[in-house]
Amino acid sequence: MNLALSEEQTMICDAAAEVLGERSASAAVRHAIEHTAGRDEDLWHTLAGELGWCALGVPEAAGGAGLGALELVLLMEQMGRRLACVPYFSTVCLAGAALSQCESGQAEAWLTRIAGGEVSATLALHAAVRFELRSHLSDAVPVRAVQTANGYVLSGTLDQVFDGATADLLIVPARIANGAQADAQTVALFEIDAASSGLIRTPLVTLDATRPLARVELHAVEVSRSAVLATGREVELLLSRSAWFAALALAAEQLGGAQQCLDLTLAYTAERVQFGRAIASFQAVKHRCAQMMVEIEATRSAVLGAARAWDDADCTMGAVPKDVLADIAIAKATANDTFRFCAQEAIQLHGGVGFTWEYDPQLYFKRAQASGAQFGTTSQLLSMLAEQVIDRTAPHADASMLEGVGR
Amino acid sequence: MNSETREQQLRVEVADWMKGHLTGEFACLKYRGGPGDEEAYPALRKAWERELAAGGWTGLGWPTEAGGRALPVAEQVIFHEEYARAGSPGRMGHIGEGLLGPTLIACGTQAQRERFLPGILAGTQFWCQGYSEPGAGSDLANVRTRAVREADGAWRVFGQKVWTSLAHDSEWIFVIARTDPESRGNRGLSFLLMPLDQPGIEIRPIRQLNGGAEFNEVFFDGALAASEDLVGAPGDGWRIAMTLLGFERGMSTLGQQMQFIRELDWVIDTAHEAGVAHDPAIRQRIARAWAGLRVMRYNAMRMLAGADDTSAALSREALIYKYYWSNWHRDLGQLAMDVLGPNANIVDTADEKRTRLQGVFLFSRADTIYAGTNEIQLNIMAERGLGMPREARGTL
Repeated sequence: MNLALSEEQTMICDAAAEVLGERSASAAVRHAIEHTAGRDEDLWHTLAGELGWCALGVPEAAGGAGLGALELVLLMEQMGRRLACVPYFSTVCLAGAALSQCESGQAEAWLTRIAGGEVSATLALHAAVRFELRSHLSDAVPVRAVQTANGYVLSGTLDQVFDGATADLLIVPARIANGAQADAQTVALFEIDAASSGLIRTPLVTLDATRPLARVELHAVEVSRSAVLATGREVELLLSRSAWFAALALAAEQLGGAQQCLDLTLAYTAERVQFGRAIASFQAVKHRCAQMMVEIEATRSAVLGAARAWDDADCTMGAVPKDVLADIAIAKATANDTFRFCAQEAIQLHGGVGFTWEYDPQLYFKRAQASGAQFGTTSQLLSMLAEQVIDRTAPHADASMLEGVGR
Repeated sequence: MNSETREQQLRVEVADWMKGHLTGEFACLKYRGGPGDEEAYPALRKAWERELAAGGWTGLGWPTEAGGRALPVAEQVIFHEEYARAGSPGRMGHIGEGLLGPTLIACGTQAQRERFLPGILAGTQFWCQGYSEPGAGSDLANVRTRAVREADGAWRVFGQKVWTSLAHDSEWIFVIARTDPESRGNRGLSFLLMPLDQPGIEIRPIRQLNGGAEFNEVFFDGALAASEDLVGAPGDGWRIAMTLLGFERGMSTLGQQMQFIRELDWVIDTAHEAGVAHDPAIRQRIARAWAGLRVMRYNAMRMLAGADDTSAALSREALIYKYYWSNWHRDLGQLAMDVLGPNANIVDTADEKRTRLQGVFLFSRADTIYAGTNEIQLNIMAERGLGMPREARGTL
């Protein structure tokens, strides 16, 4: 396994940093959260429409670039660094990931439209989805679908859906309530048009205003048979795979946020003078910045390693191998802690201004808190890892974990 | 043959060789002689070094003209991994092979290379490092040991070195000494090679908090270094000392990780035996320890991806590594004790696992002190990694 970035990967990273540094600076983020409900339509149009970023991970067959998880985490890191107010995570990392696993023709058609930047989309999972080793995410599906002569009628409420109020396409998992006996537990994946009658989408007021969440209620929403994107056992696998992939992408985003907390702090402490010297020259300040660097680089290693493991194991179809799940769990848990630590340190090291609305650390502090509870909390993920390593339900910490390191 | 096939072949070859040779008289060396256990079987471990040399397993990264095999970093890493995986003992020869040899190859004279490299490669000449002094710990350049030039060009050395690992088991020491009495700091130092078995050198072991004595004080009272045993020119000592430290690029890192994996495995076994494997707080700490190991693995892979380019400045991932592993290891030691519970306090050398874990608990306190304390590591990271202002120098 080689963790050196290729020239192309470095280019993706640099280009994203440049565009977002210019277009998603603090003023733009603040404008989006104060005036446009956390969605910067111009920026989205540029990234999705002009620059084709949504095509990155979409399979080539559907008109995408077919790149892997490694390229995606590089991009997500830059998104997180700038708190970009665009529905990229929901459209690409959630909906895109789910659609790429559906075999239906209309799923591919949606992917093509996503790749072309024509639509935004989301997978309506509860943001606080629980991660457990043997979890069946389908157990947590709160929407019921009743089969009728013409199609299905869907009812239920999803509490916290990423970009749920604005997505053009909602992908909703629902339990088929009146299928054949054997099908009683069947979950199907439905495409729901945002304009459907009976669909109520309520934006939630959130501490982290940079990422819009919505409550999505379905009151007897009628859909045709062709709205089913996938059904049966594969939906369980698909949901689980999508959620884990989202956890990896979110970890990368958290890494970017943590990095920006350090960069903001370095810039501020280099300029702030007290006792006749820049406060960056005090060892008490230097050591705390260095500790942020330790946590950030450790997280970067975990995220890059997990992304490479995902790509190497070819996790696009079928169950994700347990060691890859463990790597993602480690990346997400590490990213949760690192982002919170760095955001807290950024406020502290900015001193009084760190407590103001005007300075940026507060934005990262709130994002760090929110994403630490989304797609895997540290304690859930550690419990899951403990099961693997202590109860030895998987090849545990034996020497084989070092295989392939030299390459 | 592509590099991947060659690497796979090497992996099998090393594993087979270790399996075939870590037997008979050497069988008792399995898993022994690592940090905290350096006093185990010194004579037998020297014989093991000769065995390794005869098998062609020394000087893997050295250039061929120096008698080495010039293997790329990836293949050296494979050797270290398989070496550790087999449970092969801590290396007695690593200071000569890993540090002094490469330094002589880079900065020594042809005559010096011809005199010293063959003994290092053959596993017959052992070296120790004379850098630290009572007044020069973190402040390494604050050297007081002085060397005075005799009429015949030889150097007579006076002073004291400390924390000298393996001095009592070595034939030679390399020393940085002040040769310009008017100089301060890192100027006016010279790099000398000295035989230890001579009048004017006294070696005294230091008893550590774990009861062992791997480190020594070395006293110099007029001991001699021959004129041809000066490396570089007088006054070049700091540059050469730093060149030497630059060779520690983490090639053996993965072998060390293999040992950490084994230690965590003992902790998990112990948790089951002690009935605490269901304690939720212990479970989370074990999970964290495992996560730390995976982070180290991927971090090492990032470091080694750039390791063939020895001219490059240390990357951020390389800068954090020592701080990361040493603090992880210290935490593991504490976790091991908490898992053992009251038995952690009871010494019973018949219980090998417990004894080793007690060793980890005690010896890991040294990990965050030697080779750059936590505090020095944080300074280095802040200054070299983040470009923050350098520490002001005092005047005392």
